[in-house]
Amino acid sequence: MVEKESSNSGQAYQFAHKHIFGIRQLSSTDIEHIITTAQSFKEISNRAIKKVPTLRGKTVVNLFMEPSTRTRLSFEIAAKRMSADTFNIAPSSSSATKGESLVDTAKNIEAMNPDAIVVRHSSSGAPQLLAKHIDCSIINAGDGIHEHPSQGLLDMMTIIDHKPSIEGLKIAIIGDIAHSRVAGSDILGFTKMGARVCLAGPATFLPYGVSSLGAEIATTVEDAIEDADVVMALRIQKERQNDPLIPSLREYAIQYGINRSRLKKAKPDVLVMHPGPINRGVEMNPDVADGSWSVILDQVTNGVAVRMALLYLTLGGAKSGQEQTES
Amino acid sequence: MGAITILQGGRLVDPVLGIDTIEDLWIQNDRIIKSESATPKQARVYDVSGCLVMPGFIDMHVHLREPGQEYKETIQSGTRAAAAGGFTGVACMPNTNPVNDCGAVSRFIAEAARDGFAKVYPVGAISKGLRGIELAEYAEMKAEGVVALTDDGMPVVDSQLMRRAMEYASSFGLKIISHAEDPALSFNGTMNEGYVSTRLGLKGIPTISESIMVYREIALAEFVGVPVHIAHVSTRPAVELIRAAKSRGVKVTAETAPHYFTLTDEAVEGYDTHAKMNPPLRSEEDLLAIRGALSDGTIDVIATDHAPHSELEKDIEYDLAANGIIGLETAVPLGFEMVRQGVIDVKRLVELFSSNPAEILGVHTGSLQEGGLADITVVDPEKEFVYAEEAIVSKSVNSPFVDWNLKGKPVLTICEGAVTHDHSGSVE
Repeated sequence: MVEKESSNSGQAYQFAHKHIFGIRQLSSTDIEHIITTAQSFKEISNRAIKKVPTLRGKTVVNLFMEPSTRTRLSFEIAAKRMSADTFNIAPSSSSATKGESLVDTAKNIEAMNPDAIVVRHSSSGAPQLLAKHIDCSIINAGDGIHEHPSQGLLDMMTIIDHKPSIEGLKIAIIGDIAHSRVAGSDILGFTKMGARVCLAGPATFLPYGVSSLGAEIATTVEDAIEDADVVMALRIQKERQNDPLIPSLREYAIQYGINRSRLKKAKPDVLVMHPGPINRGVEMNPDVADGSWSVILDQVTNGVAVRMALLYLTLGGAKSGQEQTES
Repeated sequence: MGAITILQGGRLVDPVLGIDTIEDLWIQNDRIIKSESATPKQARVYDVSGCLVMPGFIDMHVHLREPGQEYKETIQSGTRAAAAGGFTGVACMPNTNPVNDCGAVSRFIAEAARDGFAKVYPVGAISKGLRGIELAEYAEMKAEGVVALTDDGMPVVDSQLMRRAMEYASSFGLKIISHAEDPALSFNGTMNEGYVSTRLGLKGIPTISESIMVYREIALAEFVGVPVHIAHVSTRPAVELIRAAKSRGVKVTAETAPHYFTLTDEAVEGYDTHAKMNPPLRSEEDLLAIRGALSDGTIDVIATDHAPHSELEKDIEYDLAANGIIGLETAVPLGFEMVRQGVIDVKRLVELFSSNPAEILGVHTGSLQEGGLADITVVDPEKEFVYAEEAIVSKSVNSPFVDWNLKGKPVLTICEGAVTHDHSGSVE
């Protein structure tokens, strides 16, 4: 079912990750492989009967300890289209409200023999903690302000849909980099794939030593956008309290919001992206979000395909797939 | 004529007496006595050749957790760990439950310590309940044995309260130990703010959260004209402020902990909660500054900040995990690592572990003087051992040094003439 490009290169490539904690653990070959796999899965979602038996009999638990609609839904749809059985645990329905620790919750889930746990948690590193204690595959669906690897992968897949390659592109990321797990994964992924990543935002939004991740910091939002192939705006959190990062959303919108005139500085075939949900009129104007350059909904569509690929690859689907091909 | 103990053939090092010589050390009852040529029949003789015989080490910063959190540590278990680590005395922090902010709690600690394996010097609270609002009753606590004052763990934010604390404490001859941290700058931070925090997506605690408060304490102490001691110094900027203050005659002293000269924030990689403490592990640059400060006298004391926690507080999400690690049983070998690396010499090591903390706390120990109390730490500097979890004496095992191969083992600890730890292998 899946053609592995690196298997042609003499040394057999094998996807060797049981867990997906972040983009950081992945090589550029891994990333290409996941995206290629996701591309091959994409058409399943366009079939009349949107289901393949690949993960039949596998159990995937969505352990979402933070509110999430789209990521949880995307993972659930991905698992179901692969015929896995899925179960959702949300904070209000979980034992966390009864004071049970994350590790205990996970051990209890594990005792019911799931094959993968997809975890969303407000603590950075929570997926690693789970993996230390339990045996099944752990897929990070966003941890604290650390990483959101499936988002990073779907962003890269979306760019590749429209550009020959990520290598050499100029990608501008505008917003609260310091508190964005999406930025955490995107910066690592884009730079691994050879893009030039330019960040812009008020200094309060830039984490310490972000250049160590391989990105550049632009002085102004215009500099970041200038000749960019991709412009991504991050969601500005309205609810961040007690840490005075910006005086108001109004001032942010004026100074850093992506509008038509700012976008004119980018390349004519620029792609506009946003991880969602958008605060329209804050980080992005509606005419930008809905314009012809916008691939925001493609990101959502690709999200399902990428998550299908991640489940398939971590659950050893690749192996059984290979067996099928060989037999 | 009481029982005589003889430590035979060791290298006696005492910077206070200015000695560094291979000699026998005689102890009778609880005192050091003049050695004689003939060995008495009844004497207990320890062959400590190849070992360093030093005035008893004092750890002036430990959390013994009693009263209130006996599942983590007790005065009994904590002092046993102290003795095993080569310490004859420990100063325990007041953040117990209830807080040591009144004479009754101080007395409870002093009484519980009578059956301990090391001397316990209770440190009282600066403010009632560590709330940083009103002064605790210093005179009453002093009468029950409190040797210094601190709100350790809870920085004193209110500068006026800190000024008044310094003034009022000075009336009773007590010194303030400052946990120097600006909590507004530390805001929700869980590790050092730096490249690693960015990489791991953990909120950072910047070095300025320490150095700004270190500067405030120096300014207050200089203005009020009293001494101040800075606890657990972890950053280069703080070292530089203390160095400058000392050079202009401010009576500021400072301690650091072994983890700050041994580990950097890279140890947090993998979200290891055993690398989580406050102040946090810092960068390489800070580590080197701390080593420089140990060497040039800017930092006076090595204290462990021994902070026992059970797996309930440590085997959880990194940002929710408690701060702190145990340190009593690893401090001495980690200190000797600095000797081996040429950062300090043995004389300086004894100052850092013994004579300086004794002087800062105003307690009478820290010397091998004849007639003095026999508080003795004997270390085999060449002896290697694996710090195995099963062998940990403390009630808790939250250490980043578990399974490390350490060198420089405390082999014999004597507290007021009584052997509190014996790994010498000597036959009596």
